[in-house]
Amino acid sequence: MGIIEKVPAYIERLPGGGIVTTSMDWVLNQSRASSLWYMLFGLACCAIEMMAAGASRYDFDRFGMIFRASPRQADLMFVAGTVTHKMSKRVKLLYEQMAEPSYVFAMGGCACNGGPFYYDCYSVLKGIDQVIPVDIYIPGCPPRPESLMEGCLKLQEKIKKEKMSDWASDRKEV
Amino acid sequence: MDRPRFRPHAGKITVDNMIENKDLREEEFLINMGPQHPSTHGVLRLILKMEGEFIRDLTPYVGYLHRSIEKIAENRTYNQFMPFTDRIDYCASMPSNLAWATAVEKLAAIEVPERAEYLRVIMVELNRIASHLIWLGTMSLDLGAVTPFLYAFREREWILDLFEMTCGQRLTYHYIRIGGVARDIPVEFEKSCRAFIKDFRRRVDDYEAILTENPIFLGRTKDIGILPLDLAKDLGASGPTIRGSNYGWDIRKVEPYSVYDRFDFQIPIGANGDVWDRYMVRIEEFRQSCKIIEQALDGLPEGDTVRSKLPTVLRPPAGEVFSRIEAPRGEMGYYIVSNGDKKPFRVKIRTASYGNLQCLRPTSIGLKIADLVAIFGSLDVILPEVDR
Ligand code: SF4
Repeated sequence: MGIIEKVPAYIERLPGGGIVTTSMDWVLNQSRASSLWYMLFGLACCAIEMMAAGASRYDFDRFGMIFRASPRQADLMFVAGTVTHKMSKRVKLLYEQMAEPSYVFAMGGCACNGGPFYYDCYSVLKGIDQVIPVDIYIPGCPPRPESLMEGCLKLQEKIKKEKMSDWASDRKEV
Repeated sequence: MDRPRFRPHAGKITVDNMIENKDLREEEFLINMGPQHPSTHGVLRLILKMEGEFIRDLTPYVGYLHRSIEKIAENRTYNQFMPFTDRIDYCASMPSNLAWATAVEKLAAIEVPERAEYLRVIMVELNRIASHLIWLGTMSLDLGAVTPFLYAFREREWILDLFEMTCGQRLTYHYIRIGGVARDIPVEFEKSCRAFIKDFRRRVDDYEAILTENPIFLGRTKDIGILPLDLAKDLGASGPTIRGSNYGWDIRKVEPYSVYDRFDFQIPIGANGDVWDRYMVRIEEFRQSCKIIEQALDGLPEGDTVRSKLPTVLRPPAGEVFSRIEAPRGEMGYYIVSNGDKKPFRVKIRTASYGNLQCLRPTSIGLKIADLVAIFGSLDVILPEVDR
């Protein structure tokens, strides 16, 4: 019963059960934050670290994060790797296919701002935020799985602060 | 446009009835697979021409990960380009580093200290194991087996720990430098490495117990995607892909570089070049790599790890050079044209995956779409190597 103590709720005990009065925002945010399904979308080197984060040692399942192959089922997209101009249209399309509310991680230097391919390179997009909105930036080349997890914790914090009334804002307008 | 319309059936719905009503049609259709698809290992896009479940034709479209690395090479000094070689084949960064280092050393006639050569061999072979582990994990995941994926990544983490204690990185190592290696191994390395080899031998047997004789796995891999040797040679396949087709082509043996001629190891080859043979070749390579690492650890000489008195900015003499090594995916080579400047005039990168990817079309035509996934997994293509 650890969790019930943290609920901002009014609890009344009745014989054979009880009544809990709590905020809808809290319940929804709590459940959304602890079951973030991410889209398995590997672009380059960083994707290997994303896989490592999902595999045996780091085990993303502890966060309730399970990978899905389809954007329709995902809440969260890790843009893990170098996005070229050719690929950027597809990334945007994938983002638009995700159901609201959706979140985006820019994982690695490449997705943040072009990374090692910033100079002298004609084909790489200098930062994924030129195409889609980004919630969390994770620097590193590649970032360690620990930093990825730190990012996930930050995202959970962010989700827990959301209000239902904000959902109506059109996030998809880039 | 005249579209087929829904018409109510006359009578009961049976196959005969459907044929009579011309509701059952046969026609070829196109399927777009990728660039976002979990089993294309990155950003490969395939256009498949299907007839029912069967593939009639297939065209790979590449270039979704073209990072203009060859162009970048023209704007960097020889040492500055080293980190980019990590990112050409990120599953096996050490061999990429080694290929660049040997090419530049050949161009500038730089001798490498013996200890550095041995350390290079140890690191490259460890990386070969790590890279084959990623292949094992992803391929079995594509075939629907989740357990080997978790097992493979568990062992891979140990190798990454070894790399991390040596050079501080988990994926892009930048450890092998021109004229030697970046730094010596820490004292704990040898003990941990030997323990790993001992443990890993047992683990390979575990993988085999799960997969090799598993009837489902056999059904998915045996006699699927047969690559005849002539075709493999014509298409420029190399590495385990060509060795699976019963041909012992391994640069470590046919053109020994570094100190590979001092070690005793075999080149595993397959019998008829199907998916299962390519799988067995890689499994056997796990064991051979263990053997090489043990011999290298035993014979590790004392001494420097980097050639002293190298100029900070290297200016190799004008000329051109091609040097190749055996990377986990096959033959990897760099062709450098130098005009005596501190930057190369032109760099061409020969990677194994490009040749191996070409084998996908001839091997998978006529098979089912599920077999395509198995074949693609067994070729172990990695896209940044194809697009560069
Ligand atoms: S940030 Fe570094 S590791 Fe990640 S995709 Fe870019 S080059 Fe690769």
